[in-house]
Amino acid sequence: MSIELLILLFVPLVLLVIGRIVGAHLERAHYASIAEREARFSRQPALSTKHVDAPAPIQSTSLASGSVVVSIDQFKRFLSRFRMLIGGEVRPYTKLIERARREAILRMKESQPDADLYINTRLETSNISSASGEGGMGIVEVLAYGTAVHYARSHDQ
Amino acid sequence: MILTNIDSVPGKQIVQHFGLVQGSTIRAKHFGRDFAAGLKNIVGGELKGYTELLQESRTEATNRMIAQARELGANAIINVRFTTSSVAQGASEILAYGTAVRVE
Repeated sequence: MSIELLILLFVPLVLLVIGRIVGAHLERAHYASIAEREARFSRQPALSTKHVDAPAPIQSTSLASGSVVVSIDQFKRFLSRFRMLIGGEVRPYTKLIERARREAILRMKESQPDADLYINTRLETSNISSASGEGGMGIVEVLAYGTAVHYARSHDQ
Repeated sequence: MILTNIDSVPGKQIVQHFGLVQGSTIRAKHFGRDFAAGLKNIVGGELKGYTELLQESRTEATNRMIAQARELGANAIINVRFTTSSVAQGASEILAYGTAVRVE
């Protein structure tokens, strides 16, 4: 009887602790990876405008897209439930989706890594966890897509 | 087939419009069955299995759109848009649409 009770309390607690520790570690590793790749692509900006005054003739264009599906860890999900009771900004989700958006933009760039810039970049977020019903939120897909522009190379070589 | 999500194909002239082309697919995600995603849900972060699943669906939708455009005799699709929506519990529809044109 008491063992059952112990397990009943213990398992969710262990999941929370695992979520807290491993989740924080993964998040830190991901931020480091994002920062490193963003630095690499810093000279190939993604613009949200449709037109750009090209400094060189445009040689070719192609569609670039990247997406990522993310979920929040058990600990933050637990905390966010309280936040949803009292209202206000749900900071862990804000941060998670912001991180996913940066990742999606990077993947969009990586899908056409030789482009000089990416115009008309569109971001789309969709909740794909409606079936689970747990707090309504949790698994989110972020898609980034745009038109990759390649300048004619002849002039600078 | 050239795809862009702007109103033109830079450096080329649109000579003919064929109207709207679209491709879509509805995929079910098997929640309870996907054990790896369930575990990943505890620690958070990317769910690679789902990323790949949705990416495949999007490629499929895009290919259907391209096939439609090719049938019309187009060689480019401009103003391409993607949308995702939950049409049923646990299933999402991915739609790709755009305007088929001939460019020279």
